[in-house]
Amino acid sequence: MATAQIDLEKVAHQHDDHHEEHHEPSFIRKYIFSEDHKMIAKQYLLTGIFWAVIGGLMSVTFRLQLGFPDADLTWLKPVLGEWITAQGKLDQNFYLALVTMHGTIMVFFVLTAGLSGTFSNFLIPLQIGARDMASGFLNMLSYWFFFLSSVIMFSSIFISTGPAGGGWVIYPPLSALPEAAPGSGLGMTMWLVSMALFIASSLLGGINYITTIINLRTNGLSFAKLPLTIWAFFLTAVLGLLSFPVLFSAALLLIFDRSFGTSFYLSEIYINGQPLHNTGGSPILFQHLFWFLGHPEVYIVMLPGLGITSEIIATNSRKPIFGYRAMIGSLLAIAFLAFIVWAHHMFMSGMNPFLGTIFMFLTLIIAVPSAVKVFNYLATMWRGNIIFTPAMLFSIGLVSFFITGGVTGIALGNSAIDIQLHDTYFVVAHFHLVMGSASFFGMMAGIYHWFPKMFGRMMDEKLGYVHFWLTFVGVYMVFFPMHYIGIAGFPRRYYQWSNFDAFNSFGDLNGFISIAAIITLSAQFIFMFNFFYSMYKGRLAPANPWNSNTLEWTTPRFPGHGNWPGQIPSVYRWPYDYSKPGAKEDFIPQTVPYSETPESNLPHEVEIAKTVELEIKERALHPPHDEHHY
Amino acid sequence: MSGLLLITGGILVIAVFVLIYRILALVNIARGTSASHVGYSNKVNGLLFILFFFVGFGLIAWYSGKASEFYLPTAASDHGLETDKLFWTTTAVTFVVFFLTHIVLFLTPYFFRYKANRKALWWPDNTKLEVAWTVVPAIVLAVLVLTGWLAWRDIMSPAPKDSVQVEIMGKQFNWHVRYPGKDGVLGKYNFRKVDATNSMGMDFADKHNDDDFQPNEIHIPKGKPVLLKIRARDVLHSVFMPHFRVKMDAVPGMPTQFWFVPNKTTAEMRAELNKPEFNYEMACTEVCGSGHFAMKFRIVVDEPAEYEKWFASQEAWASLNKEYVAQVRAEANKKNVAKK
Repeated sequence: MATAQIDLEKVAHQHDDHHEEHHEPSFIRKYIFSEDHKMIAKQYLLTGIFWAVIGGLMSVTFRLQLGFPDADLTWLKPVLGEWITAQGKLDQNFYLALVTMHGTIMVFFVLTAGLSGTFSNFLIPLQIGARDMASGFLNMLSYWFFFLSSVIMFSSIFISTGPAGGGWVIYPPLSALPEAAPGSGLGMTMWLVSMALFIASSLLGGINYITTIINLRTNGLSFAKLPLTIWAFFLTAVLGLLSFPVLFSAALLLIFDRSFGTSFYLSEIYINGQPLHNTGGSPILFQHLFWFLGHPEVYIVMLPGLGITSEIIATNSRKPIFGYRAMIGSLLAIAFLAFIVWAHHMFMSGMNPFLGTIFMFLTLIIAVPSAVKVFNYLATMWRGNIIFTPAMLFSIGLVSFFITGGVTGIALGNSAIDIQLHDTYFVVAHFHLVMGSASFFGMMAGIYHWFPKMFGRMMDEKLGYVHFWLTFVGVYMVFFPMHYIGIAGFPRRYYQWSNFDAFNSFGDLNGFISIAAIITLSAQFIFMFNFFYSMYKGRLAPANPWNSNTLEWTTPRFPGHGNWPGQIPSVYRWPYDYSKPGAKEDFIPQTVPYSETPESNLPHEVEIAKTVELEIKERALHPPHDEHHY
Repeated sequence: MSGLLLITGGILVIAVFVLIYRILALVNIARGTSASHVGYSNKVNGLLFILFFFVGFGLIAWYSGKASEFYLPTAASDHGLETDKLFWTTTAVTFVVFFLTHIVLFLTPYFFRYKANRKALWWPDNTKLEVAWTVVPAIVLAVLVLTGWLAWRDIMSPAPKDSVQVEIMGKQFNWHVRYPGKDGVLGKYNFRKVDATNSMGMDFADKHNDDDFQPNEIHIPKGKPVLLKIRARDVLHSVFMPHFRVKMDAVPGMPTQFWFVPNKTTAEMRAELNKPEFNYEMACTEVCGSGHFAMKFRIVVDEPAEYEKWFASQEAWASLNKEYVAQVRAEANKKNVAKK
């Protein structure tokens, strides 16, 4: 037995030696067609930042129109060309295209790919103790599908009829009939092609995340010891895997209606001086299919942010996350309920009011696990020893937005109240806070927190503070006033409101919002500077800059392909042993066995040290078979 | 001009930011790595949250008072009064939650900020507390949702038989409205009958169409149920009457409806708001193309007697377009003969 063990160790050593001999991959394999999850994560992040800038600039452009409807925008002509009319106005169709693209870009390209793509890729292997994703190749493919999708979406901005313009929800018949609007022509075709590729990308990524989390957790890391980030990424991937194919089918049927004369969504239409042949289709069918993805999508965007904040708030409060099991339970509940609330987007669509009743009940149930999460965050910070790192500030910001945007969801989820509020700025305020800004803050928190692991260097904290406060105040200045405008009934996607007596107020407030939007966007350039400057010139990062417990901080400053130079560490405890009574430090990493911390062990942990822990140690001596890849 | 101002302003802002970057970056380099990982900024950030709390809620209080006449237009329908009540109840409840949670979120962290000689409280869970804050929101939500459901059920119940019928058809980019005329029955329509003259596609094989009329503003009587029969001709539209708390999508191929009881005449509303120019309006709230924002249609609420008078004075579309109707019928006859 003993000899066999020694032999095994020898073999392991030989593999390690072999590892040392690996030569650097070529530039193309390392930076472009990389299969390393860390590089793919950075590719997602950079693409996401690029899209965020585009999406942000678009929003500021249409805010100029909304805030200053009488302003002369001729000065934008060098950039926007024909989209600025001879009178110096934003073209009405282009306004709709901007709104549509802003939504599409932010929801899918920034907050799905940029957020989930970055952090699922980066953190899953590092936090579960894996060399890489289950399939590096599929992972690479996932990014390049996304890249291709991005290229097509980006190109659609430059075609003469403009990009898609029917709102990010692309409801037919508007999106199905090129004669209905210029944005429903080639721009819409490109939108659909791009989204089809995007869905393929997101499925490839999702399958990989799920497989990796289930199969490649390191020795000792049971599901009950997973950091909440990983739980969140796991459930996000499950949501995506189950819902994106439905969007794909919706898009496919729309392509059929557009190009092959089918009537899935079209019926009894007279347009452009003639009746169309289509009968028997239903536009409501599209809405059901769309929101079957569309609503889970909200949580696909939101859950990674919630996971990231759970981690950051616990670490920087120097306290265990409050109610770890309740946090997992609420994530599971949200993920499940996310699939059965979709029709609350359709109370006024003409669907049977009885369905409205059902979906109102289901929708308000989902508020309960969301409330539990908020209370748990507050309890985690309560009597903590709080360090306000930029990541922590952004996490607190996320919790604030999640509350502010969440409570208005209770009004909107109530179908009787929704009659008035549906498709007004109240909805815009609601989802920009609860899902847009909150997820964006989750992404920012994640970047500030894991930048040292991504690039081996620290970002500048002071710039981080300035960035946070300008953005935090800015976001509230932009979206809080929209509640008033929404209650007053101002409809969404309006080029201008002054045609109506009912919507002829709040001119000043709209101007104010637009200025706040410009300031908020400008503040993001502080971040960009900090990000790129620190990547090259930042202070070198210590091994564990935030004194955190999770596995990624046990890797070298610049982890190579394979993440850990030697054997992957084993995990003995949950990730939230912060400020444990009796412990010397205010944190105990997951890799520290209970047997080494007799001074702080709780009664049941003393037992674990004698039983489970020995098994984990025993297994660590027999590294799993697949180690030989590295 | 304002464009130029914006450019200059933008450039100035960017210049200021660039300066801040450089100064801060240089200062940091000069200072080098600081020894303690928690500096003075920790206190400042904690204080800023407190400041933000007071300024933020102060602004909310101030603006909510100042702008109160502008938000939530006065309700002018029976069910609107109900849903407004629900809205304000929900808003009050949620505002309390919003306020209390933000007290904890923004006011307390300053007092729990990092101190090297202090250890955070080891508090991984508390079953009683967790059950409490799961059950209490569940109960509150159950009450809110039940009251909402009762209202929803009534609003969406079938319209009373004696309702005044108004057909509304959305198209890019205006509304067409049709009343059933003296026979009280709206004539049949067919999208294949639509042409430049007959924009609502009235089918003149159906005699009920003969007395239907298409006014260019909606008149409805105060205190009587009004049933809107809603449809669309090309893409989705959505009927939105802000003062009546009415909203319903107009869907091609799938007629929808909404009924309500207006309870304030236009004249009464003008007096109440002290705006002699006031008019009820209908807008579109489902994006339908470039003219989406301009689909305005005027609504007038009359006293029932005035309404009857107005109704009686309307001339049928068929009699305004006699030649067209005669021609359509002649062609139809010809076809019938040919078929036989």
